[in-house]
Amino acid sequence: MPIARAVKRAAVRLGAVALTGALLAACGGSTDDTSSDGAGGKVTITVDLFGSFGYKEAGLYAEYEKLHPGVTIKQTDTEDEADYWKSLQTRLAGGGGLADVQGIEVGRIASVTQQQADRFTDLRKYGADALKDQFAPAKWAAATGKGGEVLGLGTDVGPEAMCYRTDLFKQAGLPTDRDELAKKWATWDGYLELGKQYKAKATGKSAWLDSVGSLYSIMIGQEKERYYDASGKLIWEENPALRTAWEHSVEAAKDGLSAKLDQWSPAWNQAFAAGSFATIPCPAWMLGYIKGQAGESGKGKWDVAPLPGGAGNWGGSYLAVPKAAAHKKEAYELIKWLTAPEQQTRLFEKQGNFPSATGAIEKVAGAKDPFFSDAPIGKIFGDAAKAAPVQVLGVHDQNIAQQITNALSEVERKGTSPEKAWSNAKKGVANTIG
Amino acid sequence: MTLTASQAPAPPGRTAPPRRRGSAPRRAWRTFSPYAYLAPFFTLFAAFGLFPLVYTAYVSLYRVELQTPGDMQWRGFGNYTALLGDEYFWLALRNTFTIGVLSTVPQLVMALGLAHLLNYRLRGRTFLRTAILLPYATSVAAATLVFAQLFGSDFGLVNYVLGVVGIDPVDWQNDTVASQIAVSSIVIWRWTGYNALIYLAGMQSIPNELYEAAAMDGASRWRQFFHVTLPGLRPTIVFTVVVSTIGATQLFGEPLLLEGQISGGISHQYQTLGLYMYEQGWGFFHLGRAAAIAWVMFLLIVVLVGVNALIARRRSRKEAGR
Repeated sequence: MPIARAVKRAAVRLGAVALTGALLAACGGSTDDTSSDGAGGKVTITVDLFGSFGYKEAGLYAEYEKLHPGVTIKQTDTEDEADYWKSLQTRLAGGGGLADVQGIEVGRIASVTQQQADRFTDLRKYGADALKDQFAPAKWAAATGKGGEVLGLGTDVGPEAMCYRTDLFKQAGLPTDRDELAKKWATWDGYLELGKQYKAKATGKSAWLDSVGSLYSIMIGQEKERYYDASGKLIWEENPALRTAWEHSVEAAKDGLSAKLDQWSPAWNQAFAAGSFATIPCPAWMLGYIKGQAGESGKGKWDVAPLPGGAGNWGGSYLAVPKAAAHKKEAYELIKWLTAPEQQTRLFEKQGNFPSATGAIEKVAGAKDPFFSDAPIGKIFGDAAKAAPVQVLGVHDQNIAQQITNALSEVERKGTSPEKAWSNAKKGVANTIG
Repeated sequence: MTLTASQAPAPPGRTAPPRRRGSAPRRAWRTFSPYAYLAPFFTLFAAFGLFPLVYTAYVSLYRVELQTPGDMQWRGFGNYTALLGDEYFWLALRNTFTIGVLSTVPQLVMALGLAHLLNYRLRGRTFLRTAILLPYATSVAAATLVFAQLFGSDFGLVNYVLGVVGIDPVDWQNDTVASQIAVSSIVIWRWTGYNALIYLAGMQSIPNELYEAAAMDGASRWRQFFHVTLPGLRPTIVFTVVVSTIGATQLFGEPLLLEGQISGGISHQYQTLGLYMYEQGWGFFHLGRAAAIAWVMFLLIVVLVGVNALIARRRSRKEAGR
């Protein structure tokens, strides 16, 4: 029987190779991780990420290289997470071309723990168990497999706030003080009401917010149950909270409050500096993105206020080590260091990625950011992180969200009726999941 | 080729060939060497052409997900029958057809005109002939990214020029017809020069006497084009139509990169079959379904080319019978 099993396993592997065209599968999994420490102790650790993790910008790689002579870190980065995930899946199926460290978005972590636990290194092998108490419990639990495997270490979480342009607010005669605004937009209706006032007075081509897709995303982030319930059943169609987020987004689209931009597109990037929108819902990790796109000239023009309608969480990530990685031990040492409280603290102070390590959360409580008019980002995001619900995660979270924001874009940009768009979203989700 | 053919018996019914025609190993080499020369191509073709084709057919009968490729569930023709009821598939088929017509027809007509002009004695003829091939030499990705900028809705050059003439800005991304025209324009830009050169080559093989005779009979340049050039070009035109049809059916890079969306626009308004296959396979990870779409595309191309060949043959038979 072992032969039959071996043949079957070989067939499976062959299938994987043929399916992806990655001819490197033979190397996958067979790499011996103890041999990776080269002769002169020289190792190149590859890191493959999406969006903006900010490690390079915060100088963390350079410092790690200084602390560990002989180690070189090479990072590659894809802007759009959807593109990144596609390419990661292709390489995982083929077993080749994987980096030593791969970033995983929280919306995908359920897919990793439920479907692909065998493709990632169980970090307990290197003693990750000892790190458990460093992290917020929910963050740790989400990356734990069915058999207790530790499949990734948490980087940041995405507590939500609202970023806005004080200069544009002033021009439109709106208050610019963050506490006053927080009171005015205590609810989402208040936020949309302010948007209408802005639209009436704003000069030039400036909208209230960047896209209704981002409004939807930030609102659904305030919910505990979004697409699945705790038992793993799909509930998004009947979920009243989702419906509320949908309807507010539709209202914003109909009132013409959005700049109709596609998030992560080049046009969206240009719009940060051009001032095409006055507010953008911002999870903590967005701060670094805003800084990068708006540039030095944007300094002091931006501010951050608490989010309308209460606290929420959008995104956050993990670092994982694929089984096919060439330098697993070194990769683990690196991600352990990068996700340690000290480094998470520094990352937040420099880039705004909010820590998932409990020790770091206390340390950053007093942080302020000069780019955002000295807003107390440590307090704003810290409060949001504490109050945010612990979300139920599902395998297809990200795919469903994408179909819904897509349908909302139809309402926003083509004037499609909300009913038609909703049915398009349902069809799109069925097509994606089915 | 370590054949010991010298010991092989002579074929029955034939007398042994005379000695001077070469030894047995040499004769064997003469018989088999063509196959040896062809072997490299066919080995590569088997590995990268035939095997994927057959394997795709095999995969298309299963439910396979990229995330769990080892776990295959038999579906029979389920993937194919599901396509019949899949409105996105029909939409993609329709888009492929309309974009195909929008790009192929103007492209070939313009190529014909260009070739006709380049066939004249012109100053700098060689330079012009080389220049029109340049778009063909650029990569799809580079060209599409430039076109995407030109067609930008807020800061695009096309809308700026339209504005100068007094036309309202066009939504080149979200409007169905406009976005298909945008995709087609990239195809036209890239392939017109290539087709023009093929037509030019065809035109130059038309004997000059025909034109002289036509001119003697008092035919104008225009009539010469219609009554001498076009009939002479028929085989070339059939060739370009077939190649363009195949290209149009497989159209992928241009619609993918126009906005960088695998859905081909927010309402799938310019999603082609190739793009839909990619979305199913590498966006949603349904490899079985993607394989089924790939096979439908393949059969579609075979049918289209077959119809094309039939029409061409019938026409030439009619000519011969006249």
